[in-house]
Order: sequence, then C-alpha cells, then structure tokens
Amino acid sequence: MADVNRGNRPLSPHLQVYRPQLTSMTSIINRLTGNALIFGALLIVWWLLAAASGESYFAFVDGILTSWFGKLVMLGSIWALWYHTLGGLRHLWWDSLRGLEIETAEKLGWAIIIGSVVLTILTVIVL
Amino acid sequence: MAFVTDRKRAAGLGSTKSGTEQHWHMQVTSVILLVLVPLFLIAFGPVVGEDFAAVQAQFARPFPALVTAAMLVVGLNHFRHGVQVLIEDYAQGTTRHVLIIAMIAVSYGAMLTGLYALARMAL
Repeated sequence: MADVNRGNRPLSPHLQVYRPQLTSMTSIINRLTGNALIFGALLIVWWLLAAASGESYFAFVDGILTSWFGKLVMLGSIWALWYHTLGGLRHLWWDSLRGLEIETAEKLGWAIIIGSVVLTILTVIVL
Repeated sequence: MAFVTDRKRAAGLGSTKSGTEQHWHMQVTSVILLVLVPLFLIAFGPVVGEDFAAVQAQFARPFPALVTAAMLVVGLNHFRHGVQVLIEDYAQGTTRHVLIIAMIAVSYGAMLTGLYALARMAL
C-alpha cells in the first residue's frame, strides 16, 4: 500500500499567500480576543480571591487592578469581550446558513469592528 | 509499523464524530454567554475601584454572586474548548497534548478559585 511520506506531506497554502481581507482579519482578531480574554479572566479571579481573603491582601491586588497597567488590561478585556461576543453572534448567524454572501459578510465585519468600539465606550461611561 | 491500511487508519475519523459534539458545545455556551456577558458587566463593572467593604457587600448579594459564578463556569468552559481548537491548529504531537491538558487545568483551576472566593463572600 502507498504508505510513503506518511505525516510528511506539504501543508496547504496558509496566511502568508493570501492578501489580507476584512473577513479573514476579523476572523483572526476573533480568535485572538477570545483566547487573550484568559488574562483578564485570571486577573479578575485573583482579585475575587483577594476580596475573599482579607483587607490588606485585597488592597495589594486592587492596587494592581486599578494601576495604569491593570486599567489597560481591563479596558482591553472589555473591548475583547464585546468584539468576541459580536464575533460569536456572527458565527451563530453563519451557522444558520445566513449572511454568507461576501458583501453581507463584509458588512457584518464592519458591524463587529464599529459595534465593539461603541459598546466599549458605552461600558466605560455607564459603569 | 501499524498493520492497517491507510483507508482503515482514516475510517471513522471524519467530522461526523466528536467534532460535531464540540461544535454544539461551543454553540450552546456562546448563546448562553450572549445573555451572561451584559449581565456580568452590570454586576461586576460598578464595583471595580470600590473599597474592600463595598466589594464584599456586592458579592454577598445573590444577583452579582450568581451572575459572576455563572460567567466563570460557562465562560471558562467556552475557553477550554476554544483554546483547544487554537492549540490543535498550531501544535502537534506531545506538545499538543501537554498544552491542551495544561489549559484544561488552568480553566478549571481559575473556575474553582473564583467559585471558592465567591462562596466565601456570599455565604
């Protein structure tokens, strides 16, 4: 049987051979935001543990969370959370076999980009 | 050297097996998270930057405690499966297995730590 070259086959063309498009870029950012949210999640869990532990330890962790760096991570996480939420909504819409035309998909891409920024600003202002 | 033909080796590994189960899991958790994300921001957002007593009082109330607990359980389960897709796309062999197991440990570790903290404040 033909069993030569098992597991050593050439890979199909990947990112480097394609011109960046709105659909591919929004998809890449969706993956990036979803996975990067673990950092915000771990920071919040640490902060919750500190809040349950005692006043002095809470002051220490809260100092990190409310420092300029902590605030940057939190702001980034709020945006990532909204972006990934809207990106997920788009995936659910696609899963229902709707919105797959290129024109519609690109419109949805812009909706995610603009929507995530607007919702982030709203979140920061309201909360 | 395995004594099976290439066809036999590939049989049953198509996307109709466990692949659909994982996709369904991501769909279920993402739909639930569509509801949980705004609720979590409402429960968690106002208390950031407040003092110790205010934070403890906030998570002693049922709504913020339950919404945050649900966010931890569903969110980190969603992450656990999502990050597995990421790892499977870029890592092979032993590295892949080690990373997937490590990320499952991180997900459940963070989930349990958060739930423990919430329980201490809420109960």
